[in-house]
Amino acid sequence: MKTNSKNTDRVIQSIFFMIALASIMILFMISVFLFMEGIPILNHVSIFDFIFGEYWYPTSDPPDFGIYPLIIGSIATTFVSALISIPLGVMTAVYLAEIASAKFREIVKPMVELLAALPSVVIGFFGMVVMAPFLQDHFDIATGLNLFNASLMLGFMSIPTICSISEDAIYSVPNNLKEASLALGATHLETITRVILPASISGISTAVILGMSRAIGETMVVLMVAGGAAMAPASIFDPVRPLPASIAAEMAEAPFRGEHYAALFATGIVLFLFTFTFNIVADYISNKYRQVGDSTL
Amino acid sequence: MNKSLKVNAANNESMPDNKKENRPETYQTEKLEFSDNAFKKGFQSVVFTIFRCSAALNGFALAIVVYFMAANGLKAITWTFLTQSPTDSMTKGGILPCIVGTVCLSLGAILIAFPIGVASAIYLNEYARPGRMLRMIRLGINNLAGVPSVVFGLFGLAFFVVWMNMGVSILAGALTLAAMSLPVIIGSTEEALRAVPDTYREASLGLGATKWQTIFRVVLPAAMPGVLTGGILGISRAAGETAPIMFTAAVFYTPYLPSSPFDEIMALPYHIYVLATAGTEIEATRHLQYGTAIVLIALVLGMNLAAIIYRAKLRKKMS
Repeated sequence: MKTNSKNTDRVIQSIFFMIALASIMILFMISVFLFMEGIPILNHVSIFDFIFGEYWYPTSDPPDFGIYPLIIGSIATTFVSALISIPLGVMTAVYLAEIASAKFREIVKPMVELLAALPSVVIGFFGMVVMAPFLQDHFDIATGLNLFNASLMLGFMSIPTICSISEDAIYSVPNNLKEASLALGATHLETITRVILPASISGISTAVILGMSRAIGETMVVLMVAGGAAMAPASIFDPVRPLPASIAAEMAEAPFRGEHYAALFATGIVLFLFTFTFNIVADYISNKYRQVGDSTL
Repeated sequence: MNKSLKVNAANNESMPDNKKENRPETYQTEKLEFSDNAFKKGFQSVVFTIFRCSAALNGFALAIVVYFMAANGLKAITWTFLTQSPTDSMTKGGILPCIVGTVCLSLGAILIAFPIGVASAIYLNEYARPGRMLRMIRLGINNLAGVPSVVFGLFGLAFFVVWMNMGVSILAGALTLAAMSLPVIIGSTEEALRAVPDTYREASLGLGATKWQTIFRVVLPAAMPGVLTGGILGISRAAGETAPIMFTAAVFYTPYLPSSPFDEIMALPYHIYVLATAGTEIEATRHLQYGTAIVLIALVLGMNLAAIIYRAKLRKKMS
């Protein structure tokens, strides 16, 4: 009887183990199928020409498959959005974890969570019908659908990611560090900038990287708001065509298993590798510099 | 002998002349007055105000988006809008097929992802021992959470639609969305399991229950409300996503409501995108776009708000 229930337990445990592997399996399948459908493009262009080619004219004859302008578009939107989301996200996190009264905190925290829950298509729609005409009228530019508008929307989409992970990191700084600093006569602000932020810097870096990863992979916003010109932008008010926008916009028209189809999957591989790298780096930082007690300062 | 504690030597002259009282057991303290204290205080309050503003800005951004959608969309919401199919090549009529489609997709996704997610979380939190394997699985989950939504769409197209021959269908879309919302469910289930005190487990094991009995009869029931909250968050995530269903489930227009899992459907998020960018009369259908957006927002934010409030109540109860 006893051995029997032990055996059952072992069987159950291995079933759970198999299920827990599902996430890794899905991740593996994603890469397998991306590569399976995307690699054939290398029959038409070399890997160098694909990544550094300056012209993306997939439907002209002969077609040009160079995703360099798309990569630049993605990097530019992510970079500008980071200029907005990092300061705002980290400051909000510091405020919520360190300064805010319990009452204010109880209002703002759900707000940030709800901001994260807003469907991306709604934010894209907002950027299109509200923000774009506003920018066009007030900044005297040709089109409101541009790099700046997309970055602004993306920035607000990645704030919740940055904020909630940073807040966890800041919150978990041991209290005695803070008390020691205050007892030495440092002001609250000095304690925050010289003790709490350095102590939680690994968590904050993880947050920032994950936030940027979210921004670079976000699709609907850049599809609707970025303007869609496959050229490297010369100014912040130029329209761009980031990687996800290109995939989402063209997949419907690409002939099944044709060159264009393969090129879009290959674009997906590049995008996947971008976010994969971001995530690995974030994971590395959070494990390597994990805070273990007070000794890490 | 005066025992009062002289804190500030520099300000000796200004010390109040109350030494005559000579109460030896009381300590007289004095506030430190360094010359730059006032400046520091002022600077700190300025910086803290900036922090407070940036925190408030998030709420402000949320409010602005919801306000614009509501202000322009609410007047489009009528009974016909919610209960009719689109007519006149989608320039009039309602959005019933989209609502039905989104409900089908997100329910389908959660039916698939919820058991897998909960089981994964149980393994991670209850069975797994720290080590290389656990690190790998966690890394996999974190990376899955970071995969761009459009890449999920590509995967769904290549794997479910083409390779498994499902075609553009509810099933293919639901499976794709399930893969995407898996990390959300695992994360919140784990949080719920962690919140169950170890004494529960010890008591059950001490009574002679096996590990599985402990998990199934003690830990899971205690964690259930939190687990369900995670399920709600998963549904809302699946309901709001567009890119994963663009190539796998959703179509521009179909006059029929779905009758089998292999039907293609319309969905709210995709409908907004189509009307706003590819419709025949983009300006003329603005009110329909706003209307659809406000329905989607109400659906998603409503579920989230319910989950947040419920979770806040739970946390209060637990602590």
